[in-house]
Amino acid sequence: MLVMTCPNCGAHCEETELAPGGQAHLKRFGPGSSDADFEGYLFYRKNPHGVHFERWRHAYGCGKWFHAARCTVTLEVFGTYTAQCSEPPAEIIAVIRARRPEWEMEQ
Amino acid sequence: MNTRVTGQGRLIDRSETLTFQFNGETLHGHPGDTLASALLANGKMMVGRSFKYHRPRGIVASGPEEPNALLGLGRGPRFEPNQRATTTELFNGLESQSQNHWPSLEFDIGAVNAAVASVAPVFSAGFYYKTFMFPRAAWKHVYEPVIRNAAGLGKAPKDADIDSYEHFHVHVDVLVIGGGMAGIAAAKAAASSGAEVLLIEQTPHWGGRALADPVVIDGLSGPDWVTREIAALEAMPNVRLRTRCMGAGMYDHGYAMLYERVTDHCPGQVGMPRHRLWRVRAKQTIVASGAIERPLTFAMNDVPGVMLASAVRDYLALYGVAPGQSVVITANNDDAYRTALALHEAGVNVAAVVDTRPSAEGTLPTQTVSNGIQVYTSHGITKVEGKTKVEGVQIAPLEGASDSHKITCDLVAMSGGWSPIVHLYSHCGGKLRWEEESAMFRPAPDRGAPIGSDGQINTHCAGSANGHLIADACMADAVETGKAAAKAAGFKAKSVKAPPVDVAVEEPLQPHWFTPSKGKYAHGTKHWVDFQNDVTAADVRLAAQEGYESVEHTKRYTTLGMATDQGKLSNINGLALLAEKLGRPIPEVGTTTFRPPYTPISMGAITGRSSGHLFKAIRKTRMHPWHERNGADFEPVGDWYRPYCFRRQGEDRKAAVNREILNTRQNVGLLDASTLGKIAVKGPDAGKFLDLIYTNMMSTLKVGRCRYGLMCNENGFLFDDGVVVRVAEDEFLLHTTSGGADNVHGHLEEWLQTEWWDLKVFTANVTDQWAQVAVAGPKARAVIEAAGVEADISADALPFMSYIETVISGFPARLYRISFSGELSYEIATPANYGAALWQALLDAGADHGIMPYGTEALHVMRAEKGFIMIGDETDGTVTPHDLGLSWAVSKKKEDFIGKRALERADLTRSDRKQLVGLMTDNAREVIPDGAHAVVAITETPMRTIGHVTSTYFSPTLGHSIAMALIERGSERLGEELTFPLEGDRILKATICDPVFLDKEGARQNV
Repeated sequence: MLVMTCPNCGAHCEETELAPGGQAHLKRFGPGSSDADFEGYLFYRKNPHGVHFERWRHAYGCGKWFHAARCTVTLEVFGTYTAQCSEPPAEIIAVIRARRPEWEMEQ
Repeated sequence: MNTRVTGQGRLIDRSETLTFQFNGETLHGHPGDTLASALLANGKMMVGRSFKYHRPRGIVASGPEEPNALLGLGRGPRFEPNQRATTTELFNGLESQSQNHWPSLEFDIGAVNAAVASVAPVFSAGFYYKTFMFPRAAWKHVYEPVIRNAAGLGKAPKDADIDSYEHFHVHVDVLVIGGGMAGIAAAKAAASSGAEVLLIEQTPHWGGRALADPVVIDGLSGPDWVTREIAALEAMPNVRLRTRCMGAGMYDHGYAMLYERVTDHCPGQVGMPRHRLWRVRAKQTIVASGAIERPLTFAMNDVPGVMLASAVRDYLALYGVAPGQSVVITANNDDAYRTALALHEAGVNVAAVVDTRPSAEGTLPTQTVSNGIQVYTSHGITKVEGKTKVEGVQIAPLEGASDSHKITCDLVAMSGGWSPIVHLYSHCGGKLRWEEESAMFRPAPDRGAPIGSDGQINTHCAGSANGHLIADACMADAVETGKAAAKAAGFKAKSVKAPPVDVAVEEPLQPHWFTPSKGKYAHGTKHWVDFQNDVTAADVRLAAQEGYESVEHTKRYTTLGMATDQGKLSNINGLALLAEKLGRPIPEVGTTTFRPPYTPISMGAITGRSSGHLFKAIRKTRMHPWHERNGADFEPVGDWYRPYCFRRQGEDRKAAVNREILNTRQNVGLLDASTLGKIAVKGPDAGKFLDLIYTNMMSTLKVGRCRYGLMCNENGFLFDDGVVVRVAEDEFLLHTTSGGADNVHGHLEEWLQTEWWDLKVFTANVTDQWAQVAVAGPKARAVIEAAGVEADISADALPFMSYIETVISGFPARLYRISFSGELSYEIATPANYGAALWQALLDAGADHGIMPYGTEALHVMRAEKGFIMIGDETDGTVTPHDLGLSWAVSKKKEDFIGKRALERADLTRSDRKQLVGLMTDNAREVIPDGAHAVVAITETPMRTIGHVTSTYFSPTLGHSIAMALIERGSERLGEELTFPLEGDRILKATICDPVFLDKEGARQNV
């Protein structure tokens, strides 16, 4: 039962208050995109053994979406941050690098 | 037979006698007894029969690890099977029955399995997989009846549970699980820092083994030290203590599930729950759950009267019961000699100690010898004699099993060493290491420890759970762990020192996994490893021989450790035997996975208060009380309860629905449409946003106008529909399906917050803020005018698909001229609190026009007559708007909307997709069953389906059965006759037609 801090309302939320939203920072491919791009956007998701950026919604709380950086192996939460961004902010990256020196950001 | 001895029995109160029943016999015990100790006190050693072979079985243990003494407790609504006698507190009037036998415990027909097994190993390892392979016919007549007979432990209760249960939600700094010496010391050390501490103990009393085993702590006897320390903890305001409370499971980030048995020992107390499930969030958790003694594996070690050495000590010291009068002890360690000394001191004859080690010269063995007790070293028990009770043992040197001789006894106390209880630690990811010298798995935080969300370790084992089996080391470890946990929780621990502990020094144990026997016992077919699931040493070896190298596979193949005790006694012995047979070290074989709960917990505790009328919250509209008073027959719609129809005297559902439809089509009907989802979307970019959300254009909608819209997900599949109203230049009202409002609102928010956060739009789910009524039928306008409406609602002033704000019958109203029935129809929304009054006002106004309320079924039939789709009937998550003939509502002009790109994918544009069609049955009265499949030809095997029925009704308007269906290339098949094979050999035929069955040109609604 994960605990994460909602960056919008500040509550330490328990898993039962949260709804998962899958991989974060997907680039949306809409009309005009190639079949391959659209297929990738619609169906293909990362399944890393380690650091993962995810979307969560504080569904039974303030109702807001946010992002979380999390380790899928140990379940350590490196941090949570606003949903209104296209890539993880520098301070989150710094925390991850401090905790997982061997980690490299996948492009 | 009374087996109580004087001068012993710390926990019982002999001044009071309790009466209880076992298999109909009235027996007596004392307050403080467990059911097991009371049964033993009455000479009842054999208490059940085993699961597979129905062998006689007796009490083995004194705690939750008990594999055999599973009884049915209570009666009627309080009956519960498979309750462990060892953890059941005795109370006056307790009723218990043994299990797994017929006709009686003493004579059991099922034991025939065992007899068969001695000839041919029917139930050997993997018997499910091997025995029942063929012949096929034997399944029905031989195997299945045999399995049915053997399957299942105990009887399922027949009556509904009458007890109540509840959940507690608690946050603490430090949770300490286990109220023995280590738990008490750790809790006190942690609490000295000021941290909030919760200390729990699964039994009704504190102290654990310190109550039964000789130890001197801080100059006090074990029990006296426990009393002093508990009093000190109770006096601390930052400490909470709970007995009868077990650590059931540990999960991620410091979440623990505790199981408190509040009134099991005094059932039926008014106002008290039976069980409580504690849901605890702890910053730090200390697992001081102790250790469990292992049995030894020797021939016929399952005869009633073979017990764990520590259990014999417990029954003597705690309950004053001597389970035997002449005892043989067999062990591979010094600790078991404590049992010899305790029995000797209590005046019970110890016939011999049979030690598998080559020598036994420690303090405890030496004391034993000096008390005149015969000790055999390098010896083992080659066979236990007796069928339903121990009558003696054959012992022999380990290197020469043929030189055996008999010792007469009525009890065997065995000890194969101790295993730390690492279950809870493992639940939340704690890793283990096999320690060769002490032959046990112990916590290895260096390999991986449970962590909190911050990545820091949050769970620690302490005392014997951490592998410190000797009291002095156990105490030192507990105090250090308590201090460390407080510190990690952010507190500064005082410099607490561990009190001095005086306890006998022990020589190391020597692992001993199998005691050799001769003759028919040589192969281990009567060396029991798992008592509850009847798994023998021979089964484990056979599995290894047949190639099962992984312990997880062996477990499933042999069922070792898969019973309700989850192998608390059998797992280590089983995997040691497996390792031996495979010729590999134990750590390479590894353990099976520990899973919560630690021991079975009640379904009631998991449910808590969420049962009966509290099982699920029901949403009711403001008109609900009126519906209840007026014959409404309700059906659930999402979380709502809606009237299916309003039945009049003597009417069945069908007649009521037909009456409601015909009256609406001829006069006027009234529908409670309050459950319809209503979402307000407001802001300068509202139109732009809705253009992205809906498949059709919404930004061009004029203020005061309505438009039917479709929503697709990004996969291009239709998931909700409804009428959108432009309330103001910057404000829209979205109607959604009754069950879909929350989902749609969530969908809007997701896209607004995570993709198009630059749009200036707010959304609000206002479903509950409005009560809504549909007035439908040729006389609808007349009714509203009769009710009194401020605005002009003539056809010219308020045409179809338009909207005004007005006052109706004195109530503020939003008036929409929209229709889901195909009739002249209005929907009136009023602030929720006026809902019931508006409903009544419209009924009164419509009385002269023949107004009648109608329910959801009439609504469904009328929309089907008009060929309108229903989300969830015509859609199933794989259907596009094009499939449903709704291409007119999919914009070709818009650059983008959710689902637009997906609708261009090859699979969604292929021509042979299923398309919506109407169906007219050949027989006008015959309604096709919902979901019926149309097939290419009934002569094919297997028959190939070309689609299925999505909506099907009898239309009273047309006097004909109608249906809608999704059929391959449906739009090309107009006029084709389809075949529907039904149950039995029934075949139904229907002809494809346009899905709009009534008034295709819309004349009825445009008046």
